[in-house]
Amino acid sequence: MTKIDIVTNLYEKLGFSKRECAHIVDKFFDIIKDTLEKEENVKISGFGNFFVRKKKARRGRNPQTGEEIKITERKVLSFRLSQVLKDDINIARKQ
Amino acid sequence: MNKMDIINKLASDINVNQKIAKIAVDTIIDSIKRAITKDERVEIRGFGSFTLREYKAYRGRNPKSGETVNVEPKKLPYFKVGKELKEMIWKEGPENS
Repeated sequence: MTKIDIVTNLYEKLGFSKRECAHIVDKFFDIIKDTLEKEENVKISGFGNFFVRKKKARRGRNPQTGEEIKITERKVLSFRLSQVLKDDINIARKQ
Repeated sequence: MNKMDIINKLASDINVNQKIAKIAVDTIIDSIKRAITKDERVEIRGFGSFTLREYKAYRGRNPKSGETVNVEPKKLPYFKVGKELKEMIWKEGPENS
């Protein structure tokens, strides 16, 4: 599934033009992206949480050459799936 | 930021009422949920993708009772952050090294 499929679902639900629906979907993801850029977490109940984590500098290794490299400190995005959704997925599989 | 905040922000950004914005946010989230519940891959360019990741069986421990439990192999959706968003959060470059 890609963004086009989400746009189509929205189009069927709202009755706005496809163009307007595409704009809404883009805006939705932009809001989440801008929030995360500010290092603010995004919590969507029943779906999951997006949060920015700080990672300390560490020593790593180039797996191809075996050469030791320094990995600088950085920030990464993590996503934790909601327990409710995890349970739904398991129920759906059993059916 | 939670779902309500996203609805409010969306409503003011695109100039629609709260009701429409709520339907939009719910529809977008439900679309993704339905796809991942059906083990379907979801890819949103610039944002990220949800793919199914397989986990092997392992021996875990109940953190409350300390009891050893066997955890069955499982498949769970994994979120991989897209390039654009990844760089919005952390840009490798001279200013950061």
